[in-house]
Amino acid sequence: MIAAAPPTTGVLDSHWSPALEDLLASGRAAGADLVEVFLERTDHLGVLAEQDTITSVTPAFGMGAGIRVFLGKRDGFVSTNDLSPAGLRRALEQALGMLGLATSANGRSSFDGLPALRDFAASKGDWLQRCPQIQEATARLLEGTDQLQRQGSHLQARRGSYARDWQEVLVAASDGTFGRDIRLHQSVGLNVLAADGEHRAGVGRRYGTSDQPDDLRRWDATASAAEVCGSAGTMLYADYVEAGQMPAVLANRFGGVIFHEACGHLLETTQVERGTTPFAERVGESIAHEAVTAIDEGLTGGAFGSLSMDDEGMEAQRTVLIQNGVLQRFISDRAGELRTGHARTGSGRRQSHTFAAASRMRNTYIDAGPHTPEQLIASVDKGLYCKSMGGGSVGPTGQFNFAVEEGYLIENGQLTKPVKGATLIGEAKEVMPRISMCANDLELAAGFCGSVSGSIFVTVGQPHIKVDSITVGGR
Amino acid sequence: MSSHQATSGNGLNAEQLRNSLASIAASNGIRRWDLGAACSTDISVQVDRGEPKQMKGAQRSSITVRVWNDAGLVGVTSTSDLSDTGLERALTGAKEASAFGNADDIPAFSPLATAPLASLDQPIHQPQGILRLLDTLKGAEQELLASHDAIATIPYNGLAERSSERIYLNSDGACRQQQLSTASLYLYARAEEAGRKPRSAGAVRLAYGAGDLDVAGCIHEAAERTISHLNYAPIETGRYTCVFSPEAFLDLIGAFSGLFNARAVLDGVSLSNRDSIGETLAVPFLDIHDNGLHPGNIGASAFDGEGTPTKRLALLEGGVLRNFLHSEATARAFGVSPTGHAGMGAKVSVGPDWFEIGTTPGSDGGQAGLNRFKASEPIVWIDSLSALHAGVKASQGSFSLPFDGWLIQNGEPRSIEAATVAGDIRQVLKAIVGFEGDAKVTPDGLCPMVWVEGLSITGEA
Repeated sequence: MIAAAPPTTGVLDSHWSPALEDLLASGRAAGADLVEVFLERTDHLGVLAEQDTITSVTPAFGMGAGIRVFLGKRDGFVSTNDLSPAGLRRALEQALGMLGLATSANGRSSFDGLPALRDFAASKGDWLQRCPQIQEATARLLEGTDQLQRQGSHLQARRGSYARDWQEVLVAASDGTFGRDIRLHQSVGLNVLAADGEHRAGVGRRYGTSDQPDDLRRWDATASAAEVCGSAGTMLYADYVEAGQMPAVLANRFGGVIFHEACGHLLETTQVERGTTPFAERVGESIAHEAVTAIDEGLTGGAFGSLSMDDEGMEAQRTVLIQNGVLQRFISDRAGELRTGHARTGSGRRQSHTFAAASRMRNTYIDAGPHTPEQLIASVDKGLYCKSMGGGSVGPTGQFNFAVEEGYLIENGQLTKPVKGATLIGEAKEVMPRISMCANDLELAAGFCGSVSGSIFVTVGQPHIKVDSITVGGR
Repeated sequence: MSSHQATSGNGLNAEQLRNSLASIAASNGIRRWDLGAACSTDISVQVDRGEPKQMKGAQRSSITVRVWNDAGLVGVTSTSDLSDTGLERALTGAKEASAFGNADDIPAFSPLATAPLASLDQPIHQPQGILRLLDTLKGAEQELLASHDAIATIPYNGLAERSSERIYLNSDGACRQQQLSTASLYLYARAEEAGRKPRSAGAVRLAYGAGDLDVAGCIHEAAERTISHLNYAPIETGRYTCVFSPEAFLDLIGAFSGLFNARAVLDGVSLSNRDSIGETLAVPFLDIHDNGLHPGNIGASAFDGEGTPTKRLALLEGGVLRNFLHSEATARAFGVSPTGHAGMGAKVSVGPDWFEIGTTPGSDGGQAGLNRFKASEPIVWIDSLSALHAGVKASQGSFSLPFDGWLIQNGEPRSIEAATVAGDIRQVLKAIVGFEGDAKVTPDGLCPMVWVEGLSITGEA
C-alpha cells in the first residue's frame, strides 16, 4: 500500500519519501527497469498594462505529477493533477499497463529506497515572498507604459506585461535520484504599435531573468522604453526589404535565434531518435565554419535557461557543442542516452508535469570571436543587417526560418536605410559553414522555446556574426 | 487532501462543484462569481519503425474563477487543484486580484448565459485503449513506409483518444455542461533520395472516436504529399499568381482574424476600427462566416467561456464587413449581443471558432472554371504555410512566410525547394481571382482552393 501523502498544497520535500518509495518499489516489482516520479507545484502571476491602465491581473496555481516507466528502450508516461495516494497509484498502474506490466501484491522489488534528498532549493525558500507583489508589479508596469508614452511618437497602442513563474519540483527515480528545486522566472515585455496613415510598425521586446527575486525592481523601464520606441520610430516609415540571396550580419543577443533554430535543435538527441538531424553520425567532423564555437549550458547566473538541476534531477553542466567548427557532442536526456548512446548532459527539460522530459536547450550561444562588429559590416558590399530578430522555427528536414524585426541595408560596408518584412530561411547544413566571422561582443537574451516537451525558458545568444549568403524573403 | 474533490472518476460533478463554490464563496463574503472548469483524460501512442516509441496518458483538470468585489471590480484566478482547499485558494486569490480590476472595462455575466443551446450531434465513443491504438498506428506506419522506397521514417506520428468535459457556472444560476470524445491521427513522413535533400509532408485526421478515423485516407494523403515533393527545384524570385490550398488559406485568415475581433478593435491593435462595419474589405464575391456549429467541426463547443451559445456569424458578405466577434463586454461596448466567441479571464479574450469561406450566393464567384493545371502562365500552388507565429505581423497586416508547394508550368507541378510568400492581407483579400473546386472540410474550417494574383515569392534561385 502507498503511504499517506502529505497535503497537496504543502511543500514538496523529504516528507514525500515514503510515498515515493512505495511508488518506485511497486513499479520495480512489476518489472519496470526504471520508474521516475516528477512532482510539481506552480505559482504564476501575470499582469497586463495597456496605455495607462492595468487591464488584467491573473494569478494561477498548479500542481501535478508525471510518472514515467521504462522497460528496455520503451517508456510509458502518465500525468495527473490528482496527488492523492490513490491518484498517484492509478497513474503508476496506467503507465505500467502501457508496457504490459502490472503491480502485484506479492511482487518483490530490488529497489533499495531513496537516498537523502539533494535539496537545491534550500536557499530559495523565501524567493516567492521576496518577489514584487501585485501592487508593486502593477506600479512598475505602469511606469513602463508611461515611459513609452513619453519617449514614443505616433503610438496607437502601448502595452506592458509582467510574468512571474515560480515552480517547485521534486524528482525521484528508482536509480537513486532524489532532488528538489525551486525555479523562478520573471519577465517584462514592452510592446507598441505605431501608426501614421498607412505606415504601421509593431515592435516588442521582452526582458527576463531566472532566480532573481528583485529582478523587476532593478528593471530599467526608461532604457527599455527607449529601445522599443527607438525601433518603432525607425521601422514606422521603413520600406519593405528587397528579396533575394545576400550576405547578412546578425546582431548579438537575440540574433542567437539563428543558431538555436538552424542548428541547436538538430543537436538534441530527440532529433537523433527521430532520424531528423543531418548531424547524427558526424561527431568529430566539421559541420560549421572554423570561426564557430557553440555552447549549451545551464550555469550562467540569472540567465533565463539556467537551472540547478534538470527535470530528471541531474545537475546542469556546460556542454561544448561545436569547437572551431567541429561537432563535439549532442544535448541528451535520460531517454536520449538510453536510445542513442549519447551521455546525459543535464538537459532533460519539460514545461510541466504534463510532459515527459526531453533533451532541450538551456543557454545556447555562439561564442565570441576576434572581430569588431564594425569589421563585419565593413566586409559586406551589399547585404542585410539584422538588428533585432523575431521568432523562428525548424522543420523535420532541417530547414529553418526566422523573422527580422528591425533590419537595415548594408551598402558599401555602411548601414544605410531601414527595411522591414524580411524572413530568413535556409538549411542548417548549408548555413553553418557560411558563418564566417564572429565579433567580440557576445550577449545573451531571454526567450521561450516550444518543442516536444512544451514551452520552456531558454537563452539564446551570440556576438555579431556574418553569414556569407542566406535567402532573404520579402516583397 | 481535503475530503471533497469536485471530480467524480474521470468527470466533473457540476452539482458538487456548484455547492462547493457557493459554500466557499459565502464563507469568504463573495456574492458574485462565475467559473469555467475543464477535465479530460487522454491516451496517445507514437511509434518508430514498428516499435512503440512513447505511450502517454494524462488526467487533467483546471478551473478559472472570477469574483466581483463589493466595488464591482473583477478578479480572476486559475488552478488545477479541484479540492476544496484548491477552490478556496482560487476564490480568495481572485478576490485579492479584484482590487486591481479595470474600472473602465468590467465584464458582466453574459445575458445569454442561460439561453437555449443548439443541439450538437457529438456521439460519445468509449476509448479503444492504448494497445489497440498502438496496433492501429503500427499498421499505419508500416503501410506508409511501404508506399515508396524513399520514405524511410515517419518521424512525427501519433494516435490519440480524448474524453473531456467542460462546465460553466455562475452565481446567478447559469449551468452549462458539455461532454465530448475525440480522436486524432497524424502521420508526417520524411523521404530522402541519394544526393537529394530530405523532403517531408504529412496529413491529419480527426473523429469523435478512434474507430471512426479515416486511417487509410490519412496514409494515402501523407504518402501522396510526401512523394510529390521528391522531385523539387528552386523557384525564381518574383511575383506570381498563387493558389492557396484550403488549409493554407484558412491559416492565413486565422492569423489575421484580428480584422474581425472586437477586443482587438477596442485595444487599437486591429486593422479594423469601430467604424469599419459596412466597409468593403475584399472582392465582392467573398463570404467569410464563423460557424463553430458546423457538423465538420470535430470538437465544437456549444457555448463559449462566458456561457454564451455558439452560433453562425457573418463576418464578410460580398466582401463587406458585417460583424465583429464579441464577448459580453465588447458586445456591450458596441451595443450588440454577445456572439459566443469569448474566453474567460480578467481581460476576456475573443477568438474565432471555425471559418466557412466561399462564394457569396448570387455573385459570379470570380473567374469561372479555374484550374491550376490548365493555367496559361506559371502559377504557385501553396500547400501549407509555416512559422505563422514569427512571419505574421497581425497589427500591421503584413506577412512573410515559408511554405511548401509546387510551381505549375504547362500543367505539370514541380515541388518548390524552399521559398517564402509575402504580402499584405488587405491586398490579398482584394486580389482574389476566384475559387477552384469544392469547399473542403479541414480542422480549422471549410474552404475551397483560393486563387490570389500578384504575390511576392522569394526562392533560392
